[in-house]
Amino acid sequence: MNDLLLRLEGVSRHFGGLKAVDDVSFSLTRGEILGLIGPNGAGKTTCFNLISGVYAPTKGDIVLEGVSTAGFPPYRMAALGVGRTFQVVKPFSTLSVLNNVQVALGLKRYGGVLSSLGPWDTKASRKEALEILEEVGIGHLAASPSGQLPLGNQRRLELARALALKPKLLLLDETFSGLRHEEAALLSKLVLGVRARGISVLLIEHNMKVAMGLSDRLVVLDHGRLLAEGKPEEIRSDPRVVEAYLGKGASAHAS
Amino acid sequence: MNDYSITILTFIAIQAIVACGLNVIVGYAGQISLGHAAFFGIGAYASALLTTKGGLTFWTALPLVILLTGAIGLVLGMPSLRLREDFLAVTTIGINFIVESVFLYVPFFGGALGLGGIPSITLLGTRLRGPNFLYLCLVFLAAVLFISRRFTRSWGGLACFALREEETAASSMGVSPIRFKLLAFVLGTAMAGLGGALYAHLMRFISATDFGFTLSVSMMSMVVLGGIGTLWGPVLGALILGVLPEVFRPLIDYRMLLNAAILLLMIRFQPAGLLGEGSLLRRLFRRPGRDSAHE
Ligand SMILES: Nc1ncnc2c1ncn2[C@@H]1O[C@H](COP(=O)(O)OP(=O)(O)OP(=O)(O)O)[C@@H](O)[C@H]1O
Ligand SMILES: [Mg+2]
Repeated sequence: MNDLLLRLEGVSRHFGGLKAVDDVSFSLTRGEILGLIGPNGAGKTTCFNLISGVYAPTKGDIVLEGVSTAGFPPYRMAALGVGRTFQVVKPFSTLSVLNNVQVALGLKRYGGVLSSLGPWDTKASRKEALEILEEVGIGHLAASPSGQLPLGNQRRLELARALALKPKLLLLDETFSGLRHEEAALLSKLVLGVRARGISVLLIEHNMKVAMGLSDRLVVLDHGRLLAEGKPEEIRSDPRVVEAYLGKGASAHAS
Repeated sequence: MNDYSITILTFIAIQAIVACGLNVIVGYAGQISLGHAAFFGIGAYASALLTTKGGLTFWTALPLVILLTGAIGLVLGMPSLRLREDFLAVTTIGINFIVESVFLYVPFFGGALGLGGIPSITLLGTRLRGPNFLYLCLVFLAAVLFISRRFTRSWGGLACFALREEETAASSMGVSPIRFKLLAFVLGTAMAGLGGALYAHLMRFISATDFGFTLSVSMMSMVVLGGIGTLWGPVLGALILGVLPEVFRPLIDYRMLLNAAILLLMIRFQPAGLLGEGSLLRRLFRRPGRDSAHE
């Protein structure tokens, strides 16, 4: 299939004796929204860190558009079209919300020292950054110092920065958590819009309603292993998945 | 102004140039460096050697001196800047001691006797002395400030701010940490090299002890006092630390103690420095509507 975007092939990541991700394989096609779910500590965020290059896999390979990217650093993955948010938000605290997004707009400039000499705070970059902030609903906060925002808005800033990279693959790590219902609805619409532009989305979400509602397919991790994979309705009725969640007392989310 | 005041001001201008360089590394890119005096020394020795043994003039030597100091910064920064912050602090102190020892013990660099006979600077056929030398230093200081400002307004500068705040996030936005830390390091050390060249031709005689670790601490005090990461902070810091001991003469003997005390007090009570964000001075003289986060 040539609309394959990303494939994990038997990927493992060990931390000392802990197998945070253990022999996981799955793939993602262009324009697909894939939900990555599983109980706390299942290895979801570690998967994101592997795909975005924050960690190198202990074993296995990660293939993006036919290129083996295992071991690539994050800045190369960003240049190859991977944009991500962080579950534990990582704003550039002393910079304003707008400047945070402008950092991401510079992606193409950071490839060489010469190209990085041009001015960054231009009318065009301010305008573009503001448009993205408005898209995620925090345009009115553009001038605020990013370190002082409440968590929900910091998550939206995370999303804005990832979008500013104009990625082919967008990784969203619990971006919806801590948002009010109408804010989450706005972002859901946004994610669907992003997908309509042909961008693939990989989504970690604890709220089952959101995860099931948005995803075309779901991958379930438990204790680092791939437990199940399939359409939302298949996953919902999969006894192994129900058990994994019941065991962790997370069934309340599923209701 | 008498000769003495002019000399003091000239020293201050040179130190301000070097402190601006340190500010690029520490303030803009957030990389700790406690060995900045080493690069000041490398610039001074390079210019001294090129103009005495090499037969060049100050002006023909200067581009080479700046390039050489920046290149040594590149070579030393490449392994060091990959280290964690605390190791980087220790490594830069180490660099300072090693460079000082090389100047002190390698005969080529004059050994314990230092290097003398450094020619003074001539411009348009006249020898620059007194106020004219001061003006030259001020022109170079202005150039350094201009470059600093340009840097903060370039994508590379923004990349450094991002790295300083959150390295993993910056990297995930395409910023190669090592590339942009090195860029700041090379720029900062090159500025130190310029300051060193001016110093050598002002003094006409230099020796290794002029470039010791205590000077690195003074430089850091200037940057922290004035306002780390601000444009004018290093200049203000150099001015205050240069003038204080002149106004309160007894302080001269306790210069080192004063510098260290100021460093610690500022970190404890005004970490952003006199000109930093949210500082007392800034709150007193707030200019409304100006975004100073990246000045
Ligand atoms: N850098 C690290 N060093 C050591 N252990 C780690 C590291 N990163 C993750 N782990 C461990 O790996 C396991 C999986 O963590 P991960 O963050 O991927 O889980 P998760 O599925 O995202 O959980 P949550 O839903 O709570 O976010 C956990 O046991 C975690 O403690
Ligand atoms: Mg997680």
